[in-house]
Amino acid sequence: MEIKYYIGLAVALFCIGVAGVLTRRNAIIIFMCIELMLNAVNVLLVAFSKMHALSALGKAMPSVVSDGQLFVFFIMVVAAAEVSVGLAIIVMMYRNVHAVDVNFLNRLKN
Amino acid sequence: MSITEILFWFLTAMALGSAIMVITSRSPVHSVLWLIVTFFAISGHYIMMNAQFLAIVNIIVYAGAIMVLFLFVVMLMNLNAESEPQKNRMLQFAGLLAGGCLFLVILASLMKATETSSMVQLGSGNEGLIKNLGKALFNDYVIPFEISSVLFLSAMIGAVLIGKKEKAEHDGN
Repeated sequence: MEIKYYIGLAVALFCIGVAGVLTRRNAIIIFMCIELMLNAVNVLLVAFSKMHALSALGKAMPSVVSDGQLFVFFIMVVAAAEVSVGLAIIVMMYRNVHAVDVNFLNRLKN
Repeated sequence: MSITEILFWFLTAMALGSAIMVITSRSPVHSVLWLIVTFFAISGHYIMMNAQFLAIVNIIVYAGAIMVLFLFVVMLMNLNAESEPQKNRMLQFAGLLAGGCLFLVILASLMKATETSSMVQLGSGNEGLIKNLGKALFNDYVIPFEISSVLFLSAMIGAVLIGKKEKAEHDGN
């Protein structure tokens, strides 16, 4: 499979995530769209790592291939930590304003 | 068309279709379930690229742990009713337009790029196996690995601190 199809897949997933963040008002769905964008980047990292398994750079420096996949692992680690804190913040917000609509957050200013 | 190409296009259609369903379905519970389908499709892509460790971690961590956490929060808040007010159609249209424009711009730059027909190794190569990734993780990436444990500890403490009820403040109010 050529790399351009994987780039196209990742770009499409990322842009669906961006459109979701911009159109939806529900804080939980916005958060899920951020997860979607992170996963699009993960797909791209793994595809490039497997591309360099065949390229001259990967032949000269074999650690390039496993580095890309370890970056994905660390992205997943950070995403898990981020989700736990973010959902706690959303629960706290729901407890205070009894809604998860992000439009209610403009009360932050006064 | 070989079997790997058929699998690639099937998994791609599955990922994109369920990702679109995530942002279009009205009920948040349905969005969570569609996102789990997306993660399974992405795991299928990882397996096709022989990144088996990442495929398993993706299923266990994302589809297993994170999405269950989302599902718990959605069900705790009782949001399965259609509670989202959709008044501003103009704003929605602008958001879709912005996402579509970003997609077109990146795709157009991809058309101009060179070497986009390099092949991706499918179904072979042992770099994505647990043995090799574990060796790389515990030789070259020991420090980031340990720092991520500190990150998890602080995230855990932060979640508990944010999530617990503040008794004194509620009494004061």
